[in-house]
Amino acid sequence: MSTDSTPEPMRKAPRWAIWLPLALFFAFVVLVSVQLRNPADTNVASTLIGKPMPAFDLPPALPGRPGLSSAAITDGKPHLVNIFASWCVPCGVEAPQLAALARSGVPIEGISVRDRTEDLQVFLKTNGDPYQSIGADDDGKVQLALGSSGVPETYVIDGKGVIRYQHIGEIREDQVPMILGKLQEAAQ
Amino acid sequence: MIAELGLAALWLAAALAGLQLVAGALALSARGASLGGIVRPVAVVQGLLALIAFLSLVYLFAVTDLSVKLVAMNSHSLKPLIFRVAGTWGNHEGSMLLWVTIMGLAGGLVALIERRLPEPTMLATLAGQAFVSLGFYAFLLIASNPFERLWPVPQEGNGLNPLLQDLGLAFHPPTLYLGYVGLSIAFSFAVGALVTREVGPAFAKAMRPWVLGAWIFLTIGITAGSYWAYYELGWGGWWFWDPVENASLMPWLAATALLHSCSVLAARNALRAWTVMLGVVAFSMSMIGTFLVRSGILTSVHAFAVDPERGTFILALLAINIGGALTLFGLRARTVTEGERFAVTSREGALVFNNVMLSAILGIVLFGTLYPLLAESMGAKVSVGPPYFTPMSALFAVPMLVVLAVGPLLRWRRDKFSRIGKMMVIPAMLVVAGVLLTVMLGGVPLMPTIGLALALGLVWASVLPLEGRNLLRTPLPVWGMVTAHLGIAVALLGMSCESAFSVEKLVAIRVGETTEVGPWQIKLDAVEPVAGPNWTALEARLLMRYGDDGRVVELGPQSRSFWAPPQQTSESALLTRWNGQLYTVLGGEADAKDGRSRWQLRLWWKPFVTLIWLGGLMIALGGALALVGRVASDLRRIIARDKIEYRRERQGRAGRYS
Repeated sequence: MSTDSTPEPMRKAPRWAIWLPLALFFAFVVLVSVQLRNPADTNVASTLIGKPMPAFDLPPALPGRPGLSSAAITDGKPHLVNIFASWCVPCGVEAPQLAALARSGVPIEGISVRDRTEDLQVFLKTNGDPYQSIGADDDGKVQLALGSSGVPETYVIDGKGVIRYQHIGEIREDQVPMILGKLQEAAQ
Repeated sequence: MIAELGLAALWLAAALAGLQLVAGALALSARGASLGGIVRPVAVVQGLLALIAFLSLVYLFAVTDLSVKLVAMNSHSLKPLIFRVAGTWGNHEGSMLLWVTIMGLAGGLVALIERRLPEPTMLATLAGQAFVSLGFYAFLLIASNPFERLWPVPQEGNGLNPLLQDLGLAFHPPTLYLGYVGLSIAFSFAVGALVTREVGPAFAKAMRPWVLGAWIFLTIGITAGSYWAYYELGWGGWWFWDPVENASLMPWLAATALLHSCSVLAARNALRAWTVMLGVVAFSMSMIGTFLVRSGILTSVHAFAVDPERGTFILALLAINIGGALTLFGLRARTVTEGERFAVTSREGALVFNNVMLSAILGIVLFGTLYPLLAESMGAKVSVGPPYFTPMSALFAVPMLVVLAVGPLLRWRRDKFSRIGKMMVIPAMLVVAGVLLTVMLGGVPLMPTIGLALALGLVWASVLPLEGRNLLRTPLPVWGMVTAHLGIAVALLGMSCESAFSVEKLVAIRVGETTEVGPWQIKLDAVEPVAGPNWTALEARLLMRYGDDGRVVELGPQSRSFWAPPQQTSESALLTRWNGQLYTVLGGEADAKDGRSRWQLRLWWKPFVTLIWLGGLMIALGGALALVGRVASDLRRIIARDKIEYRRERQGRAGRYS
């Protein structure tokens, strides 16, 4: 445009534009109040639930004890696979619950993540040993493959090797019946 | 006793805020006009009462009165005095009390000195201020009483967390609060002006010092926060687009836009409705920022002071204040008379462009910050990071910076580019030289190339407004503008150099071995254990030499283990030279195959990185110069007015008695 002409009038904003800030703000308030009511779930659920467990074959974590392979658990019965480590404090907290589950006849398999044999022996001596077999996952690859983001986590695997349930964090006392329920579902 | 005094003062202050609101609102009508006289004194007393409440809390913290729950939860008698005092606002309740105190005092100051505006606008402004304060008083008294007693009185307080005993942490929040509260005053002025439809130069001039002050503190807060994250987190980055960082950036962007549109309104009586809306938006951004940080609705590395209950309360305040103001804006904006006209090529035109670009960046940052929430409500989990924020904001920042070079040279109302064309020759050549230089060096990505070239041109262009002026007689606000614009150029230069030329190296070496990063030769001389009050650490002794013939310098990065609570931290060690910073972090011990362990070292050579924060401080300094200039001329005017009144009065008396 020519700069010598009379200055152009600033065109007035259309009516709807005046209300735009309020509309946007209202949308913001609705969005966050919905979110405030449903606190964010910071757990990362494995996308593998309902899918067959990835194939793995872990060496024994303790001398003289069996290691853990995916094929070994696929024996027609549901299993509990517990991912743990001796350096993990909540893993000690859930030990009595695992012991209770083992007493009620649940086969529990362990995957010990980035652990040392001596530390593991001390851990099992102080907390009890509910495991039928313990695989050593020294580089955390199997843990990642199972879609687990931390320790402890516990998986319910059905007889065909399909992951039925993922429990994130330690199993608390009041959660034992729920875990047993999940195992029963997996058995059907 | 002191706690009860503080609580009583707080209740009284809240009651006076209620009175201020009612009297201010009623005084706007013809029948209530007689109430107008009490509004200003009430505002002053309300501020003083809030101050008494705050000082009571400071006293309780200073003497560690453990019968007060807040003190028992957050303090400890063994802390040094400075941290006991700073502990007053190092928690939710105390920081809210600090907020209302600053707000009350600022409102009192406005009531005391601001006489330029028509009285009805002032009454509406003070009523608006009281309304905002009242929300915070309610929040304090109902949901987070800082003076609550505790029985039985505990033997000792809980708060002896040495991690939080950091001078930076003690003074960072109040700095940001001063910024937020300054914007609340601007908000009240905007509301006042909307109520009475008196939007004009006087309104802009009254609001400007508050916006400037707020903007200075926000700038300092952001700069300091960025440096803190840089040296404390040990990740070698200086900006992460973290929600909490964005929460402080958004009010700054809005305040920057407001500052510039205020200048247009004050000088030329244009951009009326737009300035009012920015006044509302700037404060909205600080409240939204506070809400996002406090409610814990967004996942952030700064997860502290998080409580959904409080989040709901702040959200309610937010909805009432901001929703109310925006509704008022919608109702009144079209009746605010049109401002002066101007051509596209003019100072106003350049400032409008600046405003539009800043608003666009604000929108991008806001959208990116909230997008994870939006996605989650639709059932997807995402996080938005630098790959979105950096290019998207650069898209608008680059044109804005080009206009920044030209805009201050243009005349008000109407101008021609041909007039200033000659002045632009050198900056344009610098830009070309910058591009050629980086292309010749090779391997520099697009964005840093643009940034570098632009920064070089801006360094020259930003001081051009001083050309041909008598430097001693140049008004301070002009010096302020030049300094702040130069600060932008300097910071941009630092950012571009950092991302273009940084050298990063991750090595695992044995004690006695040497490695190189950039121009540095680094020898790992020893790794030794050291102990602190509640931590043990491994400290690496690094011997470093710059180039071939430099002096040998020693640095000691640490890998610390705290035991209560158990936590590993990396204490980076930095070496600053005029042309950059060496940043060293000690990682863990790598596998020891032959008995001699190797140590992981993460090393960065960051050329000219310090310019980022130097630039930030220059921007703040520019704001301070402008503020001093404006306040000084306001004071001169007030003194002159008082003198005239005094003479009139004396002459009047002399006339009567003669």
